[in-house]
Amino acid sequence: MKILVCITHVPDTTSRIAFTDGDTKFDTNGVQFIIGPYDDYALARAVELKEQLGGSITVLNVGGAETEPTIRKALAIGADDAIRVNAEPKDSFFVAEQIANAAKDGGYDLILMGRESIDFNGGMVHGMVGELLGLPSISPVMTLDIEGDTAKMAREIEGGKEYLEVKLPFVAGCQEPIAEWKIPNMRGIMSARTKPLNVVEPSGNGENTKLEKYELPPAKGDVKMIDAENVGELVSLLKNEAKVI
Amino acid sequence: MSILVFVESAEGRVKKTSIEAVAYAAAMGGDVTAIALGNDVDSSELEKLGNYGASKVLHVDDERLNQGVIQAYSSIIAKAMEDSSAEVLVLANSSLGNPVSARVSVKVGASLVSNVTDLPDTSAGFKVKRSIYTGKAFANVELTKEKKILAIKKNAAEIKETGGTATVEKYSVDLGDSDFGAKITKTDKATGEVLLPEAEIVVSGGRGLKGPENWGMVEELAKELGAATGCSKPVSDMDWRPHHEHVGQTGVKVSPQLYIAVGISGAIQHLAGVNSSKYIVVINKDPEAPFFKAADYGIVGDAFEIVPKLTEALRAAK
Repeated sequence: MKILVCITHVPDTTSRIAFTDGDTKFDTNGVQFIIGPYDDYALARAVELKEQLGGSITVLNVGGAETEPTIRKALAIGADDAIRVNAEPKDSFFVAEQIANAAKDGGYDLILMGRESIDFNGGMVHGMVGELLGLPSISPVMTLDIEGDTAKMAREIEGGKEYLEVKLPFVAGCQEPIAEWKIPNMRGIMSARTKPLNVVEPSGNGENTKLEKYELPPAKGDVKMIDAENVGELVSLLKNEAKVI
Repeated sequence: MSILVFVESAEGRVKKTSIEAVAYAAAMGGDVTAIALGNDVDSSELEKLGNYGASKVLHVDDERLNQGVIQAYSSIIAKAMEDSSAEVLVLANSSLGNPVSARVSVKVGASLVSNVTDLPDTSAGFKVKRSIYTGKAFANVELTKEKKILAIKKNAAEIKETGGTATVEKYSVDLGDSDFGAKITKTDKATGEVLLPEAEIVVSGGRGLKGPENWGMVEELAKELGAATGCSKPVSDMDWRPHHEHVGQTGVKVSPQLYIAVGISGAIQHLAGVNSSKYIVVINKDPEAPFFKAADYGIVGDAFEIVPKLTEALRAAK
């Protein structure tokens, strides 16, 4: 089983979001970067599948040199080698094209990634990679098992689940509870230092969208507290002030 | 401008989020054609899309499409964009819409933006505002390709009734085996419930409710309000509630008119899933719960006393 896991390098979920350079750049000051939580689920499941079936795991990230500590963490969790496409991820299509180009001659049985990145939340890259490579793409995948040349999975839909089967190879966008996040152990961290991390230059036609400007939502007003003995007041506020019931 | 709108249905009805997508396209101006797939929705239901601004509905009444087959849907919608000379495709963000629109964008070479929150600004180029960082910020982006796809977030457009009726036309596309490469073997779906991503009101419970056996009062409050029920991540992790009810950073992101949180402290990961709600009510026994800072209305007290009283007061106010 040859597995490619695509990861994003994103701000920790507790980060304060701010922008600089006339609201055109994310302010990385004091921000800790992590493997995208959904990508981390994909990686964890890949490690389990490798334990079960043998094979290898390659991680791929599209990003500058500053993303290498995040890539090393994925190697410490259990990937065997890594590819970094040396480019700023401009938009979903740009990233998808880099992944497709890197994957097309790799002979991967499975291409896994998170259902979406937690910075841009696009949720589009897996579908685009599938289309570019002419492979089925399924997302968001909640469970994934491999039996011979067939993948069996559950996909989350509004109000429930859908169960699917597809022949390998295919592309999956993953989410919980596909596997438990894995914490790298000391041996993993030590061995990650010497695992191969290949840097390749970007290729392709570039982006389909252009960022103009970021903005923050307007500040929230103060909370109005209501006495626990007087829930009727809440009902009348919802009715007459908020007008939502 | 010619606009195609992909509409989804459930239990024979066009989904409310898809009606919003039609209303969004109508508000953009131009000629709006909708496309619906599967034979579990009938023509009389589709004609009603005229009331929201569609002049025509293409109906692919193929039984195989009653399930959301991602690749087959993508092939059909890409072809329909071409056949109807649509410059723009509009659809609602959803578990089906998103993977389908990603594939369509590659097939037709379109610029694609998801989580769109407002109508486009076409005064110079074609720009939209989208939500990023799980609702904690917005990005204004320009779509630079000739063809454009917009996956819109709930409440991106106001539904306006025009009184019109749409003509429904049968439409078909030759599909190959590869379109059905992924086989759906079973679907487990709640029926007759208000679905979380569609709901105007959501009532969510957290660990403060102490156990799954105490959800009755949450369900009763939700029923009184016509609301969907949700929960926090620990609650779904402990299997007190099904995963599709988990609201938060790694669960469902909701944007209802009213979000009521009962016994949820308000971890930043939970807030990420609810921060585009119009009004937030927090009921928690801990006055220091961080959720109060994000709330519009708050009550400090015992949920087991307050929730039944609230249900009673709502009933009385009817």
